[in-house]
Amino acid sequence: MRGMSLARTPLYETHVDAGAKLVDFAGWEMPVRYRGIVEEHLAVRESCGVFDVSHMGEIETEGPQAGELLQRLLTNDVASLEVGGAQYSCLCREDGGVLDDLFTYRLAPDHYLTVTNASNHETDLAWFREQAVGFDAEAADRFHDYAMLAVQGPRAREVVGSLAQGELPKRFRVADMNLGTGDAMVCGTGYTGEDGVEILVPPEEAAALWEELVVAGATPAGLGARDTLRLEVNYALYGNDLDTEHTPIESSLGWIVEEHTGFIGSERCAEQREAGPTRILVPLSLDEGIPRQGNPILAGGEEEVGVVTSGTLSPSLGHGIGMGYIRTDLGSEGTEIEVDVRGKRRPGRIGKVPLYDGGSA
Amino acid sequence: MTENANEPTYPDDLRYHAEHDWARIDGEEATFGITWYAQDSLGEVVFFDPPDAGTAISKDASYAEVESVKAVSDVISPLSGEITEVNEAAKENPDVINSDPYGEGWMVKVKLSNPSEVDSLLDAEAYKKLLTD
Repeated sequence: MRGMSLARTPLYETHVDAGAKLVDFAGWEMPVRYRGIVEEHLAVRESCGVFDVSHMGEIETEGPQAGELLQRLLTNDVASLEVGGAQYSCLCREDGGVLDDLFTYRLAPDHYLTVTNASNHETDLAWFREQAVGFDAEAADRFHDYAMLAVQGPRAREVVGSLAQGELPKRFRVADMNLGTGDAMVCGTGYTGEDGVEILVPPEEAAALWEELVVAGATPAGLGARDTLRLEVNYALYGNDLDTEHTPIESSLGWIVEEHTGFIGSERCAEQREAGPTRILVPLSLDEGIPRQGNPILAGGEEEVGVVTSGTLSPSLGHGIGMGYIRTDLGSEGTEIEVDVRGKRRPGRIGKVPLYDGGSA
Repeated sequence: MTENANEPTYPDDLRYHAEHDWARIDGEEATFGITWYAQDSLGEVVFFDPPDAGTAISKDASYAEVESVKAVSDVISPLSGEITEVNEAAKENPDVINSDPYGEGWMVKVKLSNPSEVDSLLDAEAYKKLLTD
């Protein structure tokens, strides 16, 4: 990447001052850790952590047919999303391949905000606009209008609540609030398995809010801890576990797929759900060693039956965990497997969902 | 588990390999480990998997693996020889590789088979320059 300039969030200077180790993540110079991944992970599990996730993008969809447009684009049933609610869904191609996984907030009857993954934002936006033709609705790029902080952990609501006037939105709800540093959109969502909120603010207010949150008791946490936290609770990561080569049915996201709405890709998903997918995304738990992306999954001796898409040492469980695609007939919880970790066969099994079940979410 | 929060250090009495390994030379014997930069890039080391004493290792070739929460890295041998001792304490508690990379975090002791290879290693100044280039 030498010579390429990386994008920086409004909190870049804050991270540098805090001694963060910065890495390239999807073209963004992001903090992977401050004091250490394990320490930050445990702070979120036991108390409260704050993450800069301003690299994530936003698309605003507005107009009399905004709901109809999103119903066509997104795999979940957008018609069931109430004003002030949040909904998780996939964005698919005609062949069912996953273009992105996203949260959509309904801000008003004809007004929605969808949060995109950094690496997909531009293609998502182009796809939204292409499909918007014929709908009385506009998809606007709001990437540069928001910074985003995730405050997560059993004490997250107490920490954010100490800055807020009024009550924080409940899980999967969104509300505009004043957090002392200015107006903020507060969403009861997260990516850690813990209770907490994600906060969207104008970029120029992000640094002040971050400081207030740290003073109120939030531990700065980097993308390293975000990855270990999400893997412990089996949340898929686009680019690792989700891609255009797999449908949401294969990615074990059937619970956010409502084929009856007729979304783009719904026919393929319906066929696959009916016939049963040949491979599925499952959680992995190893007795020794750490599974890593690309490691073959073996069963019944020599046979390669799948591949690891994400892996890490689990700080909360103390052993190697991950996820991967495996032949559907071998995908049930408890099935014994081996992972070929750089030539060493590491025994383990298909884990339960979630692998870590002590979260406050 | 703790991580070395100190500023980068590259002791003057060590020799360095460009793949971020150090060697402490004592006649025909040497101690090897990874540099402050290497442990900082990896983050918290959770596994250190060295070969047994008696194993022959070659300059520029991988002789061990270190694994952090996020990544795996080969450890490159700065010089050729035969392993005479492995740091068992670092195997048990690999976080010493972060907290004390040039002391308690040493990896193996080696009887050198070709001590003249030492001339090809970098001194601290040259290694630091490599890191900033």
